[in-house]
Amino acid sequence: MTLLRVDDMTHWFGGLQAVSGYNVAIEPGQIRGLIGPNGAGKTTVFNLITGRYRPTEGHIFLDGQEITGLPPHKIASMGLGRTFQNLRLWRHMTVLEHVKMARYSKITYGLAGAFFGTARRNREEDDIETRARELLELVGAVDWADHIVTNLPYGMQRRVELARALAIQPKILFLDEPTAGMNPEELVQMMEIVRLVHEQLGLAIFLIEHRMKVVMDLCEVIQTLVFGQVIAEGTPDEIRNDPRVIEAYLGKEVMA
Amino acid sequence: MSADENLRQRLSSVGRRVRQWLRVQFSPVPLLGWFLAALVAVILEMLVGTPLARLLGMSKFPVLFGFALALAQPVYIPSAIVYVLLIYVLPVALVARLSIRLGNLLAGWLMRTSPLLSVVVHLGLLYGTLHLWAGLSDYRVLVVRLMLIAIMLTLSLNVVNGYMGEFSCSHPGFMALGAYAASLFSVLFFVGNDAFGAPLLPIGLGPFLFPLGLILGGAVAALGALLVAIPSFRTRGDYLAIISLAFMFIIKSLFENLEFLGGARGLSGQPDWASLPVVFAWTILCVWTINNFVRSTVGKALNAVRDGELAADAMTVDTRRTKMVAFFFAAFWAGVAGGLFAHVLRYVNPGTFDLKKLAEVLAMVYLGGLNSVVGSIVGAVSYNLLSEALRPLELYKWIIIPLLFIMVMIFRPTGLIAFREFDVVKLLHPREGTPGHAGPGAVEPQAER
Repeated sequence: MTLLRVDDMTHWFGGLQAVSGYNVAIEPGQIRGLIGPNGAGKTTVFNLITGRYRPTEGHIFLDGQEITGLPPHKIASMGLGRTFQNLRLWRHMTVLEHVKMARYSKITYGLAGAFFGTARRNREEDDIETRARELLELVGAVDWADHIVTNLPYGMQRRVELARALAIQPKILFLDEPTAGMNPEELVQMMEIVRLVHEQLGLAIFLIEHRMKVVMDLCEVIQTLVFGQVIAEGTPDEIRNDPRVIEAYLGKEVMA
Repeated sequence: MSADENLRQRLSSVGRRVRQWLRVQFSPVPLLGWFLAALVAVILEMLVGTPLARLLGMSKFPVLFGFALALAQPVYIPSAIVYVLLIYVLPVALVARLSIRLGNLLAGWLMRTSPLLSVVVHLGLLYGTLHLWAGLSDYRVLVVRLMLIAIMLTLSLNVVNGYMGEFSCSHPGFMALGAYAASLFSVLFFVGNDAFGAPLLPIGLGPFLFPLGLILGGAVAALGALLVAIPSFRTRGDYLAIISLAFMFIIKSLFENLEFLGGARGLSGQPDWASLPVVFAWTILCVWTINNFVRSTVGKALNAVRDGELAADAMTVDTRRTKMVAFFFAAFWAGVAGGLFAHVLRYVNPGTFDLKKLAEVLAMVYLGGLNSVVGSIVGAVSYNLLSEALRPLELYKWIIIPLLFIMVMIFRPTGLIAFREFDVVKLLHPREGTPGHAGPGAVEPQAER
């Protein structure tokens, strides 16, 4: 069964059509890429699916349920995790607190637990902490668990964002340029981590990326978005050789 | 190197050595030791305070560490200093230093038996000390009660302005709602007056039902918070500041015009139920629940909303609910504090809950430090002590206090103790072999900014 399906999604920002007639169907466990030149509307597609914007037209289904127009936190708690293009970490919180926070919707101790520090609350907080540490272990950031997040090196901050997105127990993970601003060494590490996460947790991943090497290496299927429209969809090889893509976007890289 | 610089260097090296010596001597003192020492000092004052004061040429013992006396009559400055040294500083230092072994043994034993027992013993000691100290003069009882109420107010405002990072100005309004609701409860049911007729219940029941009145006050304040929250929390920005400020003025003029509550003349006749133990118990309850809240993941969601609402939303945090809950919670405690306030003064009038009150609460929050429970306690206590101590200066007080605030803002822009976690259990542990902080209120820094 298709995990995420988007039917004919169109979005207008005032008079500007940012996304038009967008369709996608992602299977469980698939890694899919979304590429396109700057301003093509890639992040808008992400923001529409994750509920930050409400699409002007179209329908979105996650695991068979329609999620069009639901608030972002609902959609997230249904199993859609995401990272951001520009890191959005909470600057006064520790790494561990970041990962624990993503369990918010799964917390059952409620306000009584929060106010009166019940035994149940302590037990649940301990559980959350254990799981958070496991995830940090997975992305290789566990040594930083008790540090304030702003004290971490950039590449490590990206890993924390990934661990945080994993903590909501997603079925599908949206990565918005996970390697942006990274040096080559960090880039290779990040790709390894994404691969590891994919293998260990069996997640579907939807990836926006600028660096062709990353997309071509990781993704099974790639879409190319230009001016809000998908102009090509296919395997990395097909995309690499598609004349429309070359014309719109990849031209120089392939020639070189 | 100039002589001036030389001198300064030598002075700073002396200062460093003194600090180091103090640290070595006093860092192993557990909190229990400090509490015991304070209790000893207070008992000492009970026994020899008045004779000693007479001996030093004062007519009676200085009520508030001699500040008021020294400022009103500078002749007494040396006597006041000697008195404070002999009664407070030396005994506290001596007992704390000498009881290190015993204190740590005791603290360790308590902790091993049950952390809850340890908390209870510490609170008991704290209350005992406070009770004896305040018991020596009515003025002290009043100051301590108002100080405890100020702690509740400051802490609850810190939840909104610090933890949540919004700017709310409606705290005097919530306090007024709580004060009037709780006063109405007591007067209507237990006292009666011209407007309400005879009391509905025997007054003997009053002290037992008083908590209900306070909770009612808190609930009414939370209801008021709903009026502010609905329009304000749709978007971020300055809306809350503006709407909450308007709310404060609306509440004030509402009470000025409600004739059955006395209008601008105010409402009096509240029974004397807000005694020191009652206020103390409510303050502890307030600190406890708020500290629990802000340390839970549910409460930390406030920080997430403050530092990045988009990310919080994407991480399943229901941002609107989070903000609403925190705002109601803060308003509830402001209402309870208001109810207690009305019963301490046994009179309430709308004029109390004006801009000046707002400035005071805000000052205590920002002085103590944002996002910090200890900070709020320190802020409220130091502001109240300062305000009382400088009272003899009259008008000049309002020049000196703002100047001090400006200094704090220059040297510690986020307040005295900001962004710290208040881990009570850790605080009560014995200190042996753990070099680190000295003195009560020392907390593991959860986060260096």
